[in-house]
Amino acid sequence: MQFDDSAPVLEIKDLNLSYFTRAGEIPAVIDFSLTVNKGESIGLVGESGCGKSTVAMAIMQYMGSNGAIRSGSIKFKGVEMNEMSPEQLRNLRGSEISMIYQEPFASLNPSLLLGSQLKEVLTTHEGISDQEAHERAVQLLEDVKLPDPERVMGAYPHQISGGQQQRVVIAMALLSQPSLLLLDEPTTALDVTVEAGITKLIADISKKYGTSQIYISHNLGLILEVCDRVFVMYSGEVVEEGTINSLFTWPKHPYTHGLFGCIPLPTADKNAAPLQPIRGQLPLPHERPNGCNFGPRCDHFQEGRCDRGIIGMDYVSGASGSDHRVRCLRWNEIDYGAEVAHGEAKPPMEFGDEVLAVENMQKYYEVHDRSLAAMIKGRSVRYVKANESLNFSAREGETVAIVGESGCGKSTFAKVLMGLETATDGEIMHAGEPIGEVDVHHRSTEQIRGLQMVFQNPFDTLNPSHTVGGQIARVIRKFGVESDPDKIRERVMRLLDIVKLPRDFFYRRPRQLSGGQKQRVGIARAFAGNPSMVIADEPVSALDVSVAAAVTELLMEIQREHKTTLLFISHDLSVVRYLSDRIVVMYLGQIMERGSTDEIFAPPYHPYTEALLSAVPIADPEVTKREIVLEGNLPSVLNPPAGCPFSTRCPRKIGAICDDERPPVHQTNTGHAIACHIPLEELREIEPVINVPSLDERLHVQNPEVVAD
Amino acid sequence: MLKVIGTRLGVMVLIMLTVSVLLFVMNEGNPRLVARSVLGPYAQPEQLDAWVEKNGYDKPMAVRYITWVGRIFAGDLGDSIIYKQPVNNIFWKRLGNTGILAGITFGIMVVISLTLGVLAGMKEGSARDRFISFISIFTTSIPEYASAVILSGIFVFWLAWLPGTSAMTGGFNAVELVLPVMVLTLYGFGYVARMTRASMAEVMTSNYIRTAVLKGLPYWRVIMKHALRNALIAPFTVIMLQFNWLLSGVVVTEFAFGYKGFGALLLEAALRRDIFVIEACGIVAVFVAVGTQTIGDLAYTYLNPRIRFS
Repeated sequence: MQFDDSAPVLEIKDLNLSYFTRAGEIPAVIDFSLTVNKGESIGLVGESGCGKSTVAMAIMQYMGSNGAIRSGSIKFKGVEMNEMSPEQLRNLRGSEISMIYQEPFASLNPSLLLGSQLKEVLTTHEGISDQEAHERAVQLLEDVKLPDPERVMGAYPHQISGGQQQRVVIAMALLSQPSLLLLDEPTTALDVTVEAGITKLIADISKKYGTSQIYISHNLGLILEVCDRVFVMYSGEVVEEGTINSLFTWPKHPYTHGLFGCIPLPTADKNAAPLQPIRGQLPLPHERPNGCNFGPRCDHFQEGRCDRGIIGMDYVSGASGSDHRVRCLRWNEIDYGAEVAHGEAKPPMEFGDEVLAVENMQKYYEVHDRSLAAMIKGRSVRYVKANESLNFSAREGETVAIVGESGCGKSTFAKVLMGLETATDGEIMHAGEPIGEVDVHHRSTEQIRGLQMVFQNPFDTLNPSHTVGGQIARVIRKFGVESDPDKIRERVMRLLDIVKLPRDFFYRRPRQLSGGQKQRVGIARAFAGNPSMVIADEPVSALDVSVAAAVTELLMEIQREHKTTLLFISHDLSVVRYLSDRIVVMYLGQIMERGSTDEIFAPPYHPYTEALLSAVPIADPEVTKREIVLEGNLPSVLNPPAGCPFSTRCPRKIGAICDDERPPVHQTNTGHAIACHIPLEELREIEPVINVPSLDERLHVQNPEVVAD
Repeated sequence: MLKVIGTRLGVMVLIMLTVSVLLFVMNEGNPRLVARSVLGPYAQPEQLDAWVEKNGYDKPMAVRYITWVGRIFAGDLGDSIIYKQPVNNIFWKRLGNTGILAGITFGIMVVISLTLGVLAGMKEGSARDRFISFISIFTTSIPEYASAVILSGIFVFWLAWLPGTSAMTGGFNAVELVLPVMVLTLYGFGYVARMTRASMAEVMTSNYIRTAVLKGLPYWRVIMKHALRNALIAPFTVIMLQFNWLLSGVVVTEFAFGYKGFGALLLEAALRRDIFVIEACGIVAVFVAVGTQTIGDLAYTYLNPRIRFS
């Protein structure tokens, strides 16, 4: 094969991909064209089912037995890939084109040493000796900033952390210095601060080696940070493409525009500027409408025009986007300038009495160490301090968020509140009654009714063999809200109305529902007994952007109506900022900072909060951030640092005192509390991490032509 | 690892002890019944009492159990009632015969079933997969007594290639082993093959196989290096279980071909209440069952690094 180095690295033209199922041919990707130049990074965004991963698999020519390339061409450095022999493809894969996957643990072979998995890339493609391959692999592991590369070489995948696994996968992809790197949601399974580190690493390394990238993600903020150009996909088609600046500042397609209305950007506010979900649902691949696929959900839909024929990509004229294309007939008729992408403003909530008070709550788990050494030393029982002296309260109608990364103890706290675990020490008062040491079997119906939960994963929280109506009705009956069958039915119907599901869902079973619909049922179930407080544990993190926006808005609407206290548990600071009134930041089982949302998002910050804020990708090119990348991993909960839990990773560490002594809690008279050795005055002088320009400084309100000149 | 082995061995001894108590109580719990088995149906009550006293069966059961265990450890398995000679004289030879039959069958069966299972699982749903799956289910569905008759019909009566009995009257004769091995393999391989196929098929759809393919490794390397090891972990336990079946499940086959093995001995002893032979067979069967299970568990731990280093 003779590659033409002057040709683009990858050139896809008029590509059509289909899957063949029992129901017949299902077009997965339609009319897809894309050019990747040397050193360029391209972003592919879209919600699940839009075809973005199918494109990546087609580039790899790995479509599975039921997928096929129907027409079009994929050229790698001028050579048609669709005509390559299996042997030629094999030589290309892993050496010229590499891929980084979503779940690092699943993509590494569990029973082979990492060293062997790394080396084989080189021994296969370059035919070099094992020794030489070993040296190159170690070198690259150092480049991806893995501590102690030799140890990693001799380890199995499960022996290193998730972030480290992804670094190994990255090293594996880069070993033979590919020209093109495909990244399929490479950081979705990772924690925010780890994600920030990995994102930076990928950017640095591809700059160093001049690698082109195709970056697939559902996260617009992340795409903004890592890509030069972006392609927005909807239902198998690219609906808009352009440079980052052009597309993020002047989105032309109603879908792209709608997406921005669904993301809790720093300019959104739950009262003044709520999210505006896109109505309706993604059409199933075999039920796509005529004309524009987005037509049925579009506010600018014109009958007789948008629902006819095939709509092609059109260049957006004007200086703002010589490279900006959009698949919309009406792009130059719609004026987004005046229209701001958010919903109707509502008055802020008024808070009532205190509903929940947590005082010095502790939850320790005993871990029995059965090794001989521990028995001899007499230390066979150790404690995992999942929660250490938690203090906070919540009032009626208030939304309190608990933020932190995996392992910070936020879910343990939820379990104690629900009575699935009991507190080791301290006190939890809910509605005037102590519940900390009462497990759920010993709670009164009234107590259980008053404290309900919306779970993270809607897919397996509903019983698959009962109807939706039956599951909600059971809650109403159990809690004694109603006893008359007709009245119960009436109540279920009203609940379905409240969560905006059609009434005939009463008879449906969970498998007939989409993820968003299941979560709505989960919410209806939680609110069925009129609880005074609802715990929502990452209720939207498993859902797509536009669905998540709708579910978030729904949750808040019901809360507003019922004056429910909402305890929102999440790792996503942008959602938390958007919907909570007060925030508790946790790290390794301890509260690092707590205060009102404004207090948390403005200095003084706890150094951990500061790093968290910096790590959150924001899908707004005009918002600037200070970059703080945390080094190292989360310490083990079995062996936490003796002093400040954050001391091992803190960029602002002031010395040995951080390692040895528990930090004091600085508290202001408004209730803002920070646990840190650095004096409050000093923390106050730190510059804000996120800088949001005021509305009149914004580019999109000005004339694009003028700006480009 | 040492600790794991230690615990496993401990558990193994415990199970053996429990089973030996059960065996003892069931067979020798009632002294007069033992005497009746030894002396035959025509013995008078006085004779039974005399026998009980003479052989120490009037002592408490716990004492008798301990003496019994001690005797077994000393290598004395008692006397066979049918053969009127020490159990040791016949038992070990019979066990050895079954060992030969089981060993050969095991070797052939494992090779066939793993190969077929892997071949089928490599491409789930392919014509090859369907063919192998069909054959596996088909052969497993034919019980040994049926296949023994069918195969005898073909190879003994029709083609006249093989002898119809395997009594080894003229000394050891490998040809006489062919039919029993065939019957056992035919019945046994399908189960392991299907387990292997399921495991292999699952591995082939895993993300790390995709990683390996997209690394540009040659197909045979993906199979040999990445798929096989993971795919063979699950069937391994099933393979170890086959030992039990090959020891005590071969009764039908041994009986059908007149092969003088362990299964036939156990059958005979059970039919005629040959207490001491039954006890010896029971102890050995349990030992093999527990022993292979222990080896299986330990090997599983070794094969699966996620358990080994946790």
